[in-house]
Amino acid sequence: MNRPNIRFRQVGRPLTRTDAPGKVTGRTPYAGDYVMPGMLHMGVVRADIASARLVRLDVSKARALAGVACVLTAADLPERTASTDIPGQVGQKRLDTGQQILVRERVRYFGEPLALIAAETRDIADHAMELVEIELEPIPGVYDPLEAMKPGAPVVTAPDNIVAERRIRKGDVEAGFAAADLVVENTFRTPFQEHAFLEPEVGLAWVDENDVVNIRVSTQVIEHFRPIADAIGVPHNKVRIRGALVGGGFGGKEDLTVEVYLALLTKRTGRPVRLEYTREDSFVGHGKRHPFILTYRTGVTKEGKITALDVTMVADSGAYVFLSPYVLLYALVAAPGPYRVDNLNVFARAVATNNMFTSAFRGFGALQACAAYEQQMDEVAQAVGLDRLELRRRNFLKTGEPMSTGFVPPSAIWTDQCAERAWAALGEPAPAEGPRCVGRGIACYQQSYGRLTFLHDTSEAWVGVEMDGTVVVRSGVTDIGAGQVSALGQIAVEVLGVTLDNVVVYNSDSAVTPLAGTTTATRALYMTGNAVKQAAEGVRARLVDRAARAFGVEPDAVDLGDNLAFVVDDPEKSMPLVELVRTCGAEGIHRSELAMFRAPFTDFLDPETGQGQAHPDYAYGAHAVEVAVDVDTGEVEVLKSVAAHDVGQCINPAAVEGQIQGGAQNGQGYALSEEMLYEEGRLITPSFSEYLMPTAMDMPKVECIILESRSGVGPYGAKGIGEPAMTPVAPAIANAVADAIGVRVFEMPITPERVVRALKRRDEAARSGPVA
Amino acid sequence: MSTERTIMLRVNGRDEPGRFPAHRTLLEALRQIGHTEVKSGCEKGDCGACAVLVDGMAVDSCLTLAWTAEGAEITTVSGLGDLDALHPVQQAFSDGGAAQCGYCTPGIIIAAKAIIDRHPDPTEEDIRIGLSGNLCRCTGYTKVFEAVSEAAAIMRAGSDGR
Repeated sequence: MNRPNIRFRQVGRPLTRTDAPGKVTGRTPYAGDYVMPGMLHMGVVRADIASARLVRLDVSKARALAGVACVLTAADLPERTASTDIPGQVGQKRLDTGQQILVRERVRYFGEPLALIAAETRDIADHAMELVEIELEPIPGVYDPLEAMKPGAPVVTAPDNIVAERRIRKGDVEAGFAAADLVVENTFRTPFQEHAFLEPEVGLAWVDENDVVNIRVSTQVIEHFRPIADAIGVPHNKVRIRGALVGGGFGGKEDLTVEVYLALLTKRTGRPVRLEYTREDSFVGHGKRHPFILTYRTGVTKEGKITALDVTMVADSGAYVFLSPYVLLYALVAAPGPYRVDNLNVFARAVATNNMFTSAFRGFGALQACAAYEQQMDEVAQAVGLDRLELRRRNFLKTGEPMSTGFVPPSAIWTDQCAERAWAALGEPAPAEGPRCVGRGIACYQQSYGRLTFLHDTSEAWVGVEMDGTVVVRSGVTDIGAGQVSALGQIAVEVLGVTLDNVVVYNSDSAVTPLAGTTTATRALYMTGNAVKQAAEGVRARLVDRAARAFGVEPDAVDLGDNLAFVVDDPEKSMPLVELVRTCGAEGIHRSELAMFRAPFTDFLDPETGQGQAHPDYAYGAHAVEVAVDVDTGEVEVLKSVAAHDVGQCINPAAVEGQIQGGAQNGQGYALSEEMLYEEGRLITPSFSEYLMPTAMDMPKVECIILESRSGVGPYGAKGIGEPAMTPVAPAIANAVADAIGVRVFEMPITPERVVRALKRRDEAARSGPVA
Repeated sequence: MSTERTIMLRVNGRDEPGRFPAHRTLLEALRQIGHTEVKSGCEKGDCGACAVLVDGMAVDSCLTLAWTAEGAEITTVSGLGDLDALHPVQQAFSDGGAAQCGYCTPGIIIAAKAIIDRHPDPTEEDIRIGLSGNLCRCTGYTKVFEAVSEAAAIMRAGSDGR
């Protein structure tokens, strides 16, 4: 083994990301920027009723329109489904939860695709869509998960609409409640959320000279080539996904989007086809964040020690299963948050309805749990008369202690430091003025990074050194905007002793870059960062070995840096990297390496008790905010927003800050303004003028406090920050609003209407009963 | 189908012909003639991803009909600078980590340029108002605000001959 770097040369520096210059000049091609000669343009015809029987679908007029190349309905397709189960894994049995590709008989949600049209121009495709004659017979649907569990409810998923059920049974909850001085019970509701990436789903597909279906597509998961091949009935090696830099993902491009439609039509027509979702397509065409109803019953002593916790969760899975069982599992595991709770019951169910199907979204169930447990901690603190931070301090899970599943996270747990730092950074409070009340809130969290360990996750990467000393990295990883690719480059050049401008990373091609797995689950840096590091270290070992022979020293005396190989204790003894590489080339010493990193492989959690290992490791931190609430209008303004996270080790601090600041925005919208309104399953807010995410007028500057415990299981002790950045934001805001107005809004988003209703409730309570 | 007409669009200082029907938006027209640096995010004027300068004004090209832009000076993000010679706004966004997924970036940089043209020393309020028509889902805007301030400072310094 050669000696590790004594100091970091590239890692930990806020370098300009390798993808930045292309993006600021408009040079970077996104999937929608590719065109081909003879290309057809597609449209998707959708159902406008959420629960219905398809009585008649007549596409003859559309087919007859001049310039229409192909119209497909379910009648033209064999009986196949598109997989909705965990994407990107190998060797795992898939759940039999596929979705019909086009509606054959039963419409289960608003916007479910009925027909696909390919035409010479987009105008003609649009015109042809209007010529499709559709007759739908409404069937009673169910739009509330609690209703859907009742006997006699319309059945969306047989037999009883319950698509997943999970439990934790730990310790003795009854004894825990008996030992409590107080029991606090509350129910919290969290809403649907739209990912709202700025780049709508888009792709271009063609059949090449080897009869391979190529799809250039905006996706988080190039491993979808397998389910696509299954859905269209070709061998796996006959579908190739060529990714592109992704214009935002957040989990919304984790499932299949346009790929199967493109593959079907390019196969059928033999011509290149392009499909770009409109914004409205995007709103109704991909799964949303699961709404949850969470009931928390906490037993606590006068001293503020939690003695028991009983949690019930119901998640709205919508009309298809997709990732609901896994989202539910994350919520289950996260139920008590970053607190030590030895007596714990959790009962979680995901329930089918005729709402839009729900699936992956940044935070993946653990975020919804946080929204509840952190509001509950404030309520408990108030009930026992303790400072909110003090109550948390008395219950924080500490390094080396077992979490909800009995698993002991391998890394450091620095929740306490993060909370103290974030709270202190709020500084002097803003003055209350007129109708504006000011309040503060904090929320802490535990969020996994890396996939569920029973999935047996792996990632591959290839690293090579060119004859002039420049570095090439090949990895299938998709870059969804967080700088995944640039970070991998930074790791490779750290190991090989060159600078970031000396590396090119080729990524996101399922045929020619080694498969790295998905860019989801805050796993890209952890998994592929480790794979790149491993591959680069393989190359480094051979280079260092050869240099050591040249210098007449042991390999562990040699280091690589500043494009040189040199003897650490005698830097006069050095040779340019390019010379060393040429020597290796001339002698046939292998200058590249393909590595596979494997996450811990475990069995599934015990189905009765929920005990065992669920994830490789967890991240911890806190978010604090100060808000002003206008008690006349109910409007909430976020005045200060401070995040403190232990990220283990920053690879690129600027990119880490970017994740944190974006998470703050994503969480703020979730807490306050982003609302998907449905009427009988029909989305009535399918645009950015109705679905309101925070703008430049709404966002405070977000302050980042980055702690580095170097204890994570990622490269150089890194943890992950993609999902954690968002997880605690919404409950921090909810707690601040409650602090400001003295009453809690139990349902997000905390819109002006809900604030005003809560204030009325507060004032009526004050009038009706003297509180002694 | 409406009548088509060949028009000349002046984009980034070059005359570029294109044949478009009356209902073709400037966004679609620009992309059709190869200006894929102009991004489509909503086609309704809600998101600002398609912003370009038309005679110095930042406009949503999805709300502008191509025919009406004939004779105007159109500037896209690529017209400001290129990889070997970044414009100060592009440089500040690149160095400052203000582009993440980058899809909103061409529109935001155009909006930023318009802010600085109007307010060489913009206040935070000027920047916020100037960016209020541009949605970004990745950055939380913090680094965008910083990049606009930084770019303005660089451009002020440049105009002083330093």
